[in-house]
Amino acid sequence: MRHEYRLPALGADMDSGTVVEWHVQPGSKVKRGDVVAVVETDKGAIDVEIFEDGVVTELLVKPGTKVPVGTPLALLDVAGSSPSPAPVGEGGGEGSAPSPTPAGKGWGGGPAPSAAQEPLRTPDSSKRVRVSPAARVRARELGVDLSGLTGSGPDGAITRDDVECAVKGRASPPPSATGVGEGAGPSAQPSPAPAAEGARNPMRDAIAASMSRSKREIPHYYLSLTADVTNAVEWLAAHNAAVPVTERLLFAALLVKAVALACTREPGFSGFYRNGRYEEAPAVNVGVAVAIRGGGLVAPAILGTATKPLPVLMNEFRDIVARARAGRLRASELAAPTIILTSLGDSPVESVFPIIQPPQVAIVGAGAVTPRPWVCDGQLAVRQLCTLSLGADHRVTDGRLGAQFLGRIAKLVAAPESPEWGTQG
Amino acid sequence: MTTPAAATRITYREAVKQALREALQSDPRTFLMGEDVGRYGGCFAVSKGLLAEFGEERIRDTPLSESAFVGAGIGAAIGGMRPIVEIMTVNFSLLAADQIVNTAATLCHMSGGQFGVPVVIRMATGAGRQLAAQHSHSLESWYAHVPGLRVVVPATIDDARGMLKPALASPDPVLIFEPASLYNMEGDLTEASSRADLSTARVHRAGRDITLLTYGASLWRCVTAAEELATVGIDAEIIDLRSLRPLDDATILESVRRTRRALIVDEGWRSVGMSAEIAMRIVEQGFYDLDAPIARVCTEEVPLPYPKHLEDAALPNPQRIVAAVQRMFGHAT
Repeated sequence: MRHEYRLPALGADMDSGTVVEWHVQPGSKVKRGDVVAVVETDKGAIDVEIFEDGVVTELLVKPGTKVPVGTPLALLDVAGSSPSPAPVGEGGGEGSAPSPTPAGKGWGGGPAPSAAQEPLRTPDSSKRVRVSPAARVRARELGVDLSGLTGSGPDGAITRDDVECAVKGRASPPPSATGVGEGAGPSAQPSPAPAAEGARNPMRDAIAASMSRSKREIPHYYLSLTADVTNAVEWLAAHNAAVPVTERLLFAALLVKAVALACTREPGFSGFYRNGRYEEAPAVNVGVAVAIRGGGLVAPAILGTATKPLPVLMNEFRDIVARARAGRLRASELAAPTIILTSLGDSPVESVFPIIQPPQVAIVGAGAVTPRPWVCDGQLAVRQLCTLSLGADHRVTDGRLGAQFLGRIAKLVAAPESPEWGTQG
Repeated sequence: MTTPAAATRITYREAVKQALREALQSDPRTFLMGEDVGRYGGCFAVSKGLLAEFGEERIRDTPLSESAFVGAGIGAAIGGMRPIVEIMTVNFSLLAADQIVNTAATLCHMSGGQFGVPVVIRMATGAGRQLAAQHSHSLESWYAHVPGLRVVVPATIDDARGMLKPALASPDPVLIFEPASLYNMEGDLTEASSRADLSTARVHRAGRDITLLTYGASLWRCVTAAEELATVGIDAEIIDLRSLRPLDDATILESVRRTRRALIVDEGWRSVGMSAEIAMRIVEQGFYDLDAPIARVCTEEVPLPYPKHLEDAALPNPQRIVAAVQRMFGHAT
């Protein structure tokens, strides 16, 4: 069967992308998850994965071409079907001829993604799914299948913002304007300004939208504590002295792991708040806030953080930071964090009052590790101290749970050899 | 001509009076005519003092016959004068509906363009002053239905001051509806009053999330509602329609395409009124840009009651507007 591989939206704010290079040729076999192309977006160059197994038959877009989201990039023969290109119009009826033209140019025009074109009905009844006209247009532009979406509009109608959130890979309603009720509100996404578009910084806009939404919607509470991390610093020094330079561990990697472990033991911090409800994420993916040189910030996730041994974690941490700075993150990494760690350890800052990235519900901050006077075993001593802080969503947890959570992180970091860390060498 | 300098604070009543005075001073063809406009000074005291200033020739008290004095005004306009006819309230204008609809609106057409009818008819409209069911209705949409008429509703001090001049300059009959509840409103008279026109709507408050379309006294209900909506994070844009005929589709649609939501607030009744017309134009021209059904807040479909609590309950108010907006965002209310 012939399959069109379309340019996916790699974020709600992405309307188009430039194909920088192809990693496949006609005839290449591909598996779901393979990186097939590099696409330049507002967030930098992103390795784009494919969602089907099959054989590439034709590349439709030349490197250097900027195309809208939803544009077919390549044709595939999907596994299990005849190797020759399928005849046009197969199956008759709704099956429309694959067209290399971008979708979503008006209503009377050419073929469009059939998912967005078919009348939407719930599976078991004739009840029509409500979709606003603006949402239908947007879904067509982005090639989004409306049948899987949950509406946040009046009477559960799917709105334009719901569609845009869906392509970002999260079913949450968009920036809700209010804390009233459970529905979504107007979008905080920066609307495209017709003028002065060129002068805008897309990453800045994305941060502005996300943080404005956070401060508008999320009732944050903040906690902080000073952790004595002398043991951890010494343990790291001992470990690092015994291994090659490339295998040395950073304090930040310990922190990442400690946050992830604490999440597995204290529910309510790793997950998403959407549609008026909290859902604990099935796996803990700690996002690491990475400052981009020249301004900006991204927080890619280390997937399955809690289950990975420290050396593996450290490698991934290094890799993800390097790729974030090079602008080579994968879309899945950007969308995945269930909680974020923001560490200002390489700055003189003592503590962070971190702001949650919606729809997440918590963020952990860490200041610089510095030697300070500290009372230890009844004696004044110089110890390595680090101020850990927590910004958490009061709709989900309260201060006592937050204190337990932060306390557990501090305890883990203070004792890197304790059995709580599990087996990881 | 007396163009006001920087902003000065005056009442809506004073703004209308200044406009009348300027018109009478600047054009000898202009005169004011109506019930009690002279010795009594106008039933809303708008023309108080003008009789002493301009004399009986130009400030004319008329018999209590709307059909007669509106007809006389139309005749004077055809004859080359620039009359301003005041009718106490829109309810009473129905006695002159034949003159307005059958004569003023049609004569240019029926004379093959030989006779224009440059009459200006001012009247009070709307409720809020406990004047009961025969003095409180908002029937401007009836006239907005009629080709050949221009229908404007000044809601601001600047428009109350500025709209009369272009109305008198119009070759066609212009109906100016003055919301009775606004006569005591104070506000800044600015230089913008000298640029008032009879055909454009105006963005009164810029916003991002929803467009409130309104005119007349409801403008200020929307302003209050928008402030309250801002506290829950909904950034409402308010459009003062200003002119009901012609309607400024371009301004309406530009805003609704941006916010993707429209709520119409109209002191008229809902059925077969301005709100229905505006909503339909949005659907005709902006259907694919909408993210929620268009909604409206109008006066309850009853003759307006006399008791204050019932009158208040019948009219659009900020609470109803806020609730309607929240419903459009899917919020339980």
